[in-house]
Amino acid sequence: MKQIWIITKRELGAFFNSLIAYVILILFLGFSGFFTWLFGSDIFMVGQASLRSFFSIAYWTLFFFIPALTMRLLAEEKRSGTIELLLTKAVSDREVVLGKFLSTLILIIIALAFTLPYIITVTNLGNLDLGAVICGYLGLVLMSGVYISIGLFASSITHNQIIAFLTALFMGLFFHLIFDILANSFTGFIGQVFNYLSMTVHFESISRGVIDSRDLIFFISLMILGLYFAELSLSRRNVSN
Amino acid sequence: MNIKVENLTKTFGAQRAVDRISFEVNTGEILGFLGPNGAGKTTTVKMITNYLIPTMGNIEIDGKSLFDNAEEIKKHIGYLPENNPLYHEMPVIDYLEFCANLQGIPKEKINGRIYEMVRVCGLNAEKHKKIGELSKGYRQRTGLAQAMIHDPEILILDEPTSGLDPNQIVEIRKLIRELGREKTVILCTHILPEVEATCDRILIIHNGKIVADGTADTLRKQAQGQELMRVKIEEGESNVIFQSLQELPTVAMVDFAGREVNRFEVQSKPGLSSKKDIFQLCVKNNWILTESIPIETKLEDIFRNLTMN
Repeated sequence: MKQIWIITKRELGAFFNSLIAYVILILFLGFSGFFTWLFGSDIFMVGQASLRSFFSIAYWTLFFFIPALTMRLLAEEKRSGTIELLLTKAVSDREVVLGKFLSTLILIIIALAFTLPYIITVTNLGNLDLGAVICGYLGLVLMSGVYISIGLFASSITHNQIIAFLTALFMGLFFHLIFDILANSFTGFIGQVFNYLSMTVHFESISRGVIDSRDLIFFISLMILGLYFAELSLSRRNVSN
Repeated sequence: MNIKVENLTKTFGAQRAVDRISFEVNTGEILGFLGPNGAGKTTTVKMITNYLIPTMGNIEIDGKSLFDNAEEIKKHIGYLPENNPLYHEMPVIDYLEFCANLQGIPKEKINGRIYEMVRVCGLNAEKHKKIGELSKGYRQRTGLAQAMIHDPEILILDEPTSGLDPNQIVEIRKLIRELGREKTVILCTHILPEVEATCDRILIIHNGKIVADGTADTLRKQAQGQELMRVKIEEGESNVIFQSLQELPTVAMVDFAGREVNRFEVQSKPGLSSKKDIFQLCVKNNWILTESIPIETKLEDIFRNLTMN
């Protein structure tokens, strides 16, 4: 447990030292702020005291930004060889993967925390459903967790950060969009399966303010699966050089 | 802590990188691990540090299996990998602190250890710089510092002196020798004089197999077999001296050494020494023996003999 936290702290440091964190924070806040308040179907356009428009913007911006954060996590260490140094210290593969996962999740939570003033603003505009807002944030965090673990897996299979980024985006796209489209074009059992696999369905369900165990199982099992495969592919160093 | 390696094998696909090697390293011993590129040195070292898992065989450290107690044992191993990979965006001090934390040094001792390592490795002037901004020599020192930060019982160094200046090399070798008195050290290197200067024992590996194991002296004896001397004898006729030397009972072969007059290479018969006979021959004939140099087989030659097919 302690080892995980040490790695998390180092990774967070690396995010902030290399300016990645600041760039991502500024871009995320800029994009989501612009579309929430100024452009498109923004809050004033909708005319309701709710953060739905923010959540649907963040839902997409996070989808694109997370692979950019996770791409370097393992790929860079594999390229520079520091992974060898790290894994020969008193840590296990799993602790390294979890530490890196946690660091990115914390960065996302920090980014989301900067949007908390939105709540105050909207509360002043009208009657805000606080339960739905909390669930919306929870949904974003859970969704981020899923994409981070997918991104970590993508980063673990290659030495190349660009490949890691594109692989993560490609895998994420299935959950984000493709399964949803497929669910609409199939009926019966297959349609239900695709429906269950769609991130959109679960995110919308949770951001409506309903915490359903089926949604939680979806998010958490995908996270565990991604992390498990990341760990597995880290140990693949034994198969070839 | 002693290291015991038994029947260690590692295959990558069809290639056998390490082929059933067994050896032991004891506490207070510095083992020089030699071999040409691609011989399997680095793979072996990676298995001892638990980065790679062997295809077959066993590694025991202090009588405990490495694979069952990896987390615990890794705390006692300090490792400087080949090419010395480091986090370039981290300042030296932060990096050492990170390593100290990971290796489970108690909080109150961490600062002390960091300053100790900064002093020992001569990092004081550069300690607040980012590692990426350092010169190669300073990076190497940082690599050494991280390997030794937790005062490990076992120290495994892959080319520790590459990129260091001569003064630093001497200091690092001295440090390794000092550490070697109470710790177990494995030193991988291509620099043969370094092995002679620091190691108690030499292990040469070739094509994944151990081809030599012993001290520098035993290896020499094995390789040489016969005593070889270069002598210079003055105040006599060259051919007469040559003839007389040839007739000595302990001498197997005499040869003129280069173009110089009166200088000879004398090879003794196996197991015998001709030093005394040569001296007495000179006394008898009133010749003057002005040079008598035993020619040692160089470690380089031994290495080449063993690792060239």
